[in-house]
Amino acid sequence: MSELRIERVWKEYGDQIVLEDVSLTVDARAFVALVGPSGCGKSTFLRMLLGQERPTKGKILLDGEPLPPEPGPDRGVVFQRYSVFPHLTVLGNVLLGKELTAARYRARLFGAARRNALEDARRLIAEVGLAGSEGKYPAQLSGGMQQRLALAQALIMKPKVLLLDEPFGALDPGIRAEIHTLMKRLWHETQMTVVMVTHDMREAFTLASRVVAFERRRDRPEEKERYGATITKDISIWPPRLAGQSSIFSPDRDGPVASLGHGRDDLAPSGEML
Amino acid sequence: MRWINTRPSRSTQFALMLLPFVLLVVAYASGSAARLAENANDKLLPSLAGFADAINRLAFVADQRTGEFLLWSDTGASLIRLLSGLGISTAIALAIGMLIGMLPYLRALLSPFVAVISMVPPLALLPILFIVMGLGETSKIALIVIGVAPTMIRDLALKALELPREQIVKAETLGGSSWQIGLRVVLPQILPRLITCLRLQLGPAWLFLIAAEAISSDSGLGYRIFLVRRYLSMDIIFPYVVWITLLAVVMNYLLDRLRIAVFPWSELERQA
Repeated sequence: MSELRIERVWKEYGDQIVLEDVSLTVDARAFVALVGPSGCGKSTFLRMLLGQERPTKGKILLDGEPLPPEPGPDRGVVFQRYSVFPHLTVLGNVLLGKELTAARYRARLFGAARRNALEDARRLIAEVGLAGSEGKYPAQLSGGMQQRLALAQALIMKPKVLLLDEPFGALDPGIRAEIHTLMKRLWHETQMTVVMVTHDMREAFTLASRVVAFERRRDRPEEKERYGATITKDISIWPPRLAGQSSIFSPDRDGPVASLGHGRDDLAPSGEML
Repeated sequence: MRWINTRPSRSTQFALMLLPFVLLVVAYASGSAARLAENANDKLLPSLAGFADAINRLAFVADQRTGEFLLWSDTGASLIRLLSGLGISTAIALAIGMLIGMLPYLRALLSPFVAVISMVPPLALLPILFIVMGLGETSKIALIVIGVAPTMIRDLALKALELPREQIVKAETLGGSSWQIGLRVVLPQILPRLITCLRLQLGPAWLFLIAAEAISSDSGLGYRIFLVRRYLSMDIIFPYVVWITLLAVVMNYLLDRLRIAVFPWSELERQA
């Protein structure tokens, strides 16, 4: 439920200019998809929103406050890979956020506090369709299930902004469609602001309320270093979409999508990995 | 069928596994028999019966001078040294390795230093250790630590650094502090590597132990071997070498089972 303001941001690595003069205001409850050719700096942009990297020039404001210079619990993230912890079970992965927040030194919960947290975690796990897999390790889950887990893990923090870095890029199309439905539902339920990097146009137009394209305006080899990418297109989806607001139009690209619950994703054997 | 595609069955695999060991024993027994046939007093290649006799003498008959059962007292003395050395090395490696792997400032401070220290040949330091720490247990344990710890530190630091950046960032977005991330994300993930690292260091640790015992000691497996060398007692040396090897093999095996039992996910990750 938070607004992100990016004001005239530049990113340079030494002589190489990656992004130039990017300004963008992401409204609260919006779902912005960042698209563009590979190497155009959209992931770099996302890492700046995350706080993993800092802009060379310009500033980024979250709810009017400058963004802290490191990642924090107000911004959740799901990466394409390595988003979940291989040494924790599904339940442990989702619980971790609660434990880190509540227990400063031991980073573990005991007794009543743990039971409460467990309840929340189990509910969220069921929400993303992983009920029954609580005791499994990520290596025993399929790629789609791992990303569901990563979503649940990020959502337990109730972040203001959810950042997604090509989260569904490695999934095959059927599983991707199912997780899109889930993503949409979660966005409506949590009403959070989402920024997603993707190279899949269809995905961008299916999920987002707004599609923003990054591109290099000058792309001749001799110009590559000195000219970075910037926003070249900014398309608001019509009819407008807003988290928590139902649309009278059919929202999904592939027509009606069957119920979530037990999709094929949940039945995938443990051997079927990314 | 191509050779690269032919696989032995389970029983063949078992037989193939035993074959080299059996061949070794047979080769020894025939060599020994040939020499003994020529000279019944030959000491270089004693017969298997000679070994049994020596083992019986050392393991089950009390030593006349000290009243101890030498094989067991030697084993005890050596294992205490070895395990204390490895224990201290493990603790040091875990602490310093994690700090180097996680904190850029400490990495800048310690990483080159540890890299240089690990290049010092530990045996060259042995005289210094003997002079400074005396001939007792301390210097022997110190030799093992000096020989083993730097490699372990580097290995663990590397492993901690290898953790995907995404995981650390994710933990930060879950509200983790440096301490919490160390405790809940980095530590559990490098512990399996620590055990593997310990297994790989068993060989060097035994080497340093035997070397230290050979030079100055009054008990221990290495001490005994070098003591009886003076009398050409191959009937004692061979069983001792086999015994040391067996101890190392068993420790190696137990450590691996321990890793799988305590960190089941590490085995899953490997298979995935």
